[in-house]
Amino acid sequence: MATITLSALRHSYEPDPSRDEDWALKRLDVAWQDGGAYALLGPSGCGKTTLLNIISGLVRPTEGRVLFDGRDVTDRPPDQRHIAQVFQFPVIYDTMTVRQNLAFPLRNRGVDAATIRDRVEEIAAMLELTDRLDRRAKGLTADGKQKISLGRGLVRDDVNVIMFDEPLTVIDPHLKWQLRSKLKELHQRVGRTMIYVTHDQTEALTFADQVVVMNMGQVVQVGTPVDLFERPRHTFVGHFIGSPGMNVLPCEGLDGRHALVGGHAVAVANPDPGAPARHMEVGVRPEFVAFAEPGEAGGLPVAVTRVRDAGRYRIADTRLNGTVPITVLVDEDTPIPAEDARLVFHPDHTRLYADGWMVGAQPGGAA
Amino acid sequence: MNRPALSYLRPLVPALYIAFMLLPIYWLLNMSFKTTNEILGDFTLWPRAFTLENYVTIFTDPTWYMGYVNALIYVSLNTVISVTVALPAAYAFSRYRFLGDKHLFFWLLTNRMAPAAVFALPFFQLYSAVGLFDTHLAVALAHTLFNIPLAVWILEGFMSGVPRQLDETAYVDGYSFPRFFGRIFLPTIAAGIGVACFFCFMFSWVELLLAKTLTAVAAKPIAATMTRTASTSGYELGLLAAAGTLTIVPGAFVIYFVRNYIAKGFALGRV
Amino acid sequence: MTKTVNQKAWLFVLPVLILVAFNAFIPLMTVVNYSVQETFGDNTFFWAGLMWFEDVLHSPRFHDALLRQLTFTFTILAIEIPLGVAIALTMPRRGVWVPVCLVTMALPLLIPWNVVGAIWNIFALPDIGLLGQVLNGLGFDYNFTRQPGAAWFTLIAMDVWHWTSLVVLLAYAGLVSIPDAFYQAAKIDGASGWAIFRYIQLPKMKRVLTIAVLLRFMDSFNIYTEPFVLTGGGPGNSTTLLSIDLVKVALGQFDLGPAAAMSLIYFLIVLLLSWVFYTLMMRNEDS
Repeated sequence: MATITLSALRHSYEPDPSRDEDWALKRLDVAWQDGGAYALLGPSGCGKTTLLNIISGLVRPTEGRVLFDGRDVTDRPPDQRHIAQVFQFPVIYDTMTVRQNLAFPLRNRGVDAATIRDRVEEIAAMLELTDRLDRRAKGLTADGKQKISLGRGLVRDDVNVIMFDEPLTVIDPHLKWQLRSKLKELHQRVGRTMIYVTHDQTEALTFADQVVVMNMGQVVQVGTPVDLFERPRHTFVGHFIGSPGMNVLPCEGLDGRHALVGGHAVAVANPDPGAPARHMEVGVRPEFVAFAEPGEAGGLPVAVTRVRDAGRYRIADTRLNGTVPITVLVDEDTPIPAEDARLVFHPDHTRLYADGWMVGAQPGGAA
Repeated sequence: MNRPALSYLRPLVPALYIAFMLLPIYWLLNMSFKTTNEILGDFTLWPRAFTLENYVTIFTDPTWYMGYVNALIYVSLNTVISVTVALPAAYAFSRYRFLGDKHLFFWLLTNRMAPAAVFALPFFQLYSAVGLFDTHLAVALAHTLFNIPLAVWILEGFMSGVPRQLDETAYVDGYSFPRFFGRIFLPTIAAGIGVACFFCFMFSWVELLLAKTLTAVAAKPIAATMTRTASTSGYELGLLAAAGTLTIVPGAFVIYFVRNYIAKGFALGRV
Repeated sequence: MTKTVNQKAWLFVLPVLILVAFNAFIPLMTVVNYSVQETFGDNTFFWAGLMWFEDVLHSPRFHDALLRQLTFTFTILAIEIPLGVAIALTMPRRGVWVPVCLVTMALPLLIPWNVVGAIWNIFALPDIGLLGQVLNGLGFDYNFTRQPGAAWFTLIAMDVWHWTSLVVLLAYAGLVSIPDAFYQAAKIDGASGWAIFRYIQLPKMKRVLTIAVLLRFMDSFNIYTEPFVLTGGGPGNSTTLLSIDLVKVALGQFDLGPAAAMSLIYFLIVLLLSWVFYTLMMRNEDS
């Protein structure tokens, strides 16, 4: 059990990185608390797997340190870090039975036979593998094999962190949610730190207490699912999380607590007095946009171009000044005005972004 | 942790093996640049009196250089015949079930197990009877005995790796079988055909017993010319070494061109 | 994959069948024909029944050749398979050295077999050969044209030189098909180098190794040209393997009947042993 700290981490697969694009991971500072359930979320190629491999010790970072409970383990190989990992494609030892597979990490560490037997049976029961213990692991289905991979991590009592690298990739869709809830349940039972890498926001948000969002080799935000939804620190987070994603509207300037969007003043929660030269945007989620009441004054005049029914609510696509698209989420029973449609933004959830970053928040991330 | 020390020693194993492999070849090369006097006279690690005489002899004397031409002709002929007839057969084995398919496949493979020595004499009689003795075609046909089973085996492996949906989609799109086979299927398994050609070339190039039995003058391969020289004209070792060196060249060329497919071909082709 | 039943597939196989039948069936029938007849060299043949088969099976000469053949085959298998695996394991997996290693190692496979014999002949000769000179210089009394022991040593060294590369290439192909995740998982599980070999690499190489053993077994049983050029079966009969003996009987003495009977027995032995090997290994794989 340990707190994992990544300090001033940078990594490049190039022998001699000079340009910004050479870095697979750009400067990272992240701390993972003991016993937490984390998700590492981001699109393909954002550096998630690299980061995972740096934590597990399969990759040595070009710069920076990896600390486990304050101890520097940057140069330690994986087997000395007390970690476990479940890979994208199931890794099992073909020639062994399920029992031998589960016992393998313990046997390698010289644990006595009686302890091994007890631990294996205990973990097998937890994973619902007891009835298949003496079968060849090779014959199991993909989800069974992934359970074995996980089981090899769970049998050890020295494990600091269990890491999952997109573990549901090869699992049948109807079994995915089963295995996912099993993971969540196991986390609560064993209380180990778990880091779950995925590009699927549903998987990340349902599994994790804390989600680390990555993009282009950077951590853009660390927060609870609610944080990511209500206070996206970067327009990328706003886009990537939520469906439909956050509206990001170009804004021309500032007028006190108001930003000017398409010539109209919009109240923002974080007005920025300085540096107007930067690229400024206003971000607001469709959930926090509403049509103005007929008598209500103000609002942004828009044309409604399309309305889609999404079950309990409707999604309205509108355009401001004929060009800027704004998406609105509307309740089933709220009418959508046919003409003179004006939009009002919830001022507490409307934020100003400069060069993509939420004004008032620092780049990088700390949990 | 003694891992660093070990990892320094690791490349030593293949390095030593390659050295062991190259030594006899070096000795052959070394000898091919020596005069007969130097070979028989002093023991020297490299040619003191460097000479190209041996190579000049080979390239100017038709009994020598025609040996290479003959060998290259029947080897190419064999490769073309073997792969051409193996293609439809491999397709049948990979796609269809038919009466006796399993037995047929095993029977084909048993032909690879047949010792060439067993067939030498009957082959001589057979090819003399049909009037093919001392022709390139005779050797090319005789070598299909072990190359066709191999080609079918390799190609079947590659073809089974191509999903059957490809065939079905093509038929749905209105392709006739020959057009599908030529336009779509063959390009898909191009790598497999390359690997099959490589192995056919290789086994036909290195075989001598049958090639020697079935030829006298007109189609005599270089390897056979060499054995004649060794026995009749005494010990012209330099010449023999030069001829031997030159037999390595075509093989080296072929390997160089297929170097990226060798490992892959073994893995995919289930050889 | 379920295959469709289609009897027309026979048409696809027909060209192969015709060619192989021409090459295998007719000569085989010729051999069978000879094996049951007696001739006195004037093109008149007499029915001899199974006489030649009995003769061959009871002949000490055949027994000796078979024993030498088995010794040879199992010795080279015992050396080439482990050596080939060891080299494949230590070969680099990526980088510029991979094609260099592969190309150089494939080289002996593409040298005509009599040239292989010739290369080793001039390499090992005690007077002009590098190996012969070095061994004698080191104080060994080495002359493979006179000493049966030295002849065997040279013969085996030659076959190891000639064919270990095939095992290397096959084993290497098996190794590179193992995804990195297996090695990473093994590291995390704390597996030793031996455990990685035993539980990951060896199982994944099993299929290609089966093929390697089978190919080397069949081909070493058929070996003729290389030892013939190297030692001519000598000194005496000490390196006379089955094929060499067969050719001596058939072409040297023109004893067609015994040679044919010997051919058939020999062929059946190769078939039987290959089949036993094959089924044993396949059964191992299934269980």
